[in-house]
Amino acid sequence: MKRLLSMLMLVFFATSVIAIDSGQAFDDPDLQARYEKLIAEVRCVTCQNQNIKDSSAFIAADLRREIRRMMGEGLSNDQIADFLVTRYGDFALYRPRYTGKTLILWITPFLLVFFGGIVIARIVRHRMTLSIDEVSDEGGPAQ
Amino acid sequence: MNRYLLPLLAVIVMIPIMVLGLGSDPSNLPSQYIGKPAPDFNLPMLTDPSRTVSTADLKGQVSLVNIWATWCVGCRAEHGFLMDLANSDIIPIYAINWRDNRPDALKFLSQLGNPYTASGFDGDGRVGIDWGVYGAPETFLINSEGMVVYRFTGPLNRMLWEQEFIPRIAELTN
Repeated sequence: MKRLLSMLMLVFFATSVIAIDSGQAFDDPDLQARYEKLIAEVRCVTCQNQNIKDSSAFIAADLRREIRRMMGEGLSNDQIADFLVTRYGDFALYRPRYTGKTLILWITPFLLVFFGGIVIARIVRHRMTLSIDEVSDEGGPAQ
Repeated sequence: MNRYLLPLLAVIVMIPIMVLGLGSDPSNLPSQYIGKPAPDFNLPMLTDPSRTVSTADLKGQVSLVNIWATWCVGCRAEHGFLMDLANSDIIPIYAINWRDNRPDALKFLSQLGNPYTASGFDGDGRVGIDWGVYGAPETFLINSEGMVVYRFTGPLNRMLWEQEFIPRIAELTN
């Protein structure tokens, strides 16, 4: 029983132990934190629903190496984002920058909430003009 | 009547958007270099490390740049077609041997034939990143000024060649 349990544990928890980049990339804890945050926000371009932090693909390893190199050279996050966007497009960043092309990504949620609000307001206002009987006719909960 | 109008309108607006979404392949990313100069590179030649292949070699002619590796199954699949293409002498095929190791790559070419005018050796994949490569094989069409005209991702074959490349090349050489 104990054996079975430990086997099951192995099966279910094994993946969470696999470290892609074992060891520190930087000695400075601030740089290391910045590095980890950065690679978590870069999309692995071959394995599209993973960031390069979690991906074991060739290209993800290469991009991590390039980011380490650029950080070592003292480049800012914006400069590193520029490097990626020039080569792979806005698609490479999980947090797209504010540009004309990405505007639609940023405003669509607000537009949806806005128009949804209008629709709800209209429905509510319409219902307020109805009597109780009419509301239950419309499919509201019968009393 | 009026209460169905708004949802109906919403559906009519959504359908074409969704159809477009279904039709496009999300794994096929556009190259960022279309209409721009091919990214600079200067690599040792695979077959002769004492010589180099660089962007300068691409100028003055319409050419292809093929990104390949021996570990890449698609590259093996398109190799026969690349050999045919090389033998027909239509267009020079330059190559970047991407993230590979030299002995394997040389063995691959000696066994299956070498379709390349020149292949650069990019063992650590740095030039691949500069070119925005996200998976081999990729084939870039370069015009005589050294600008990227088109990128094709995935294994090439005769049908795709005639469909995607022939018309573009005809336009460039006119």
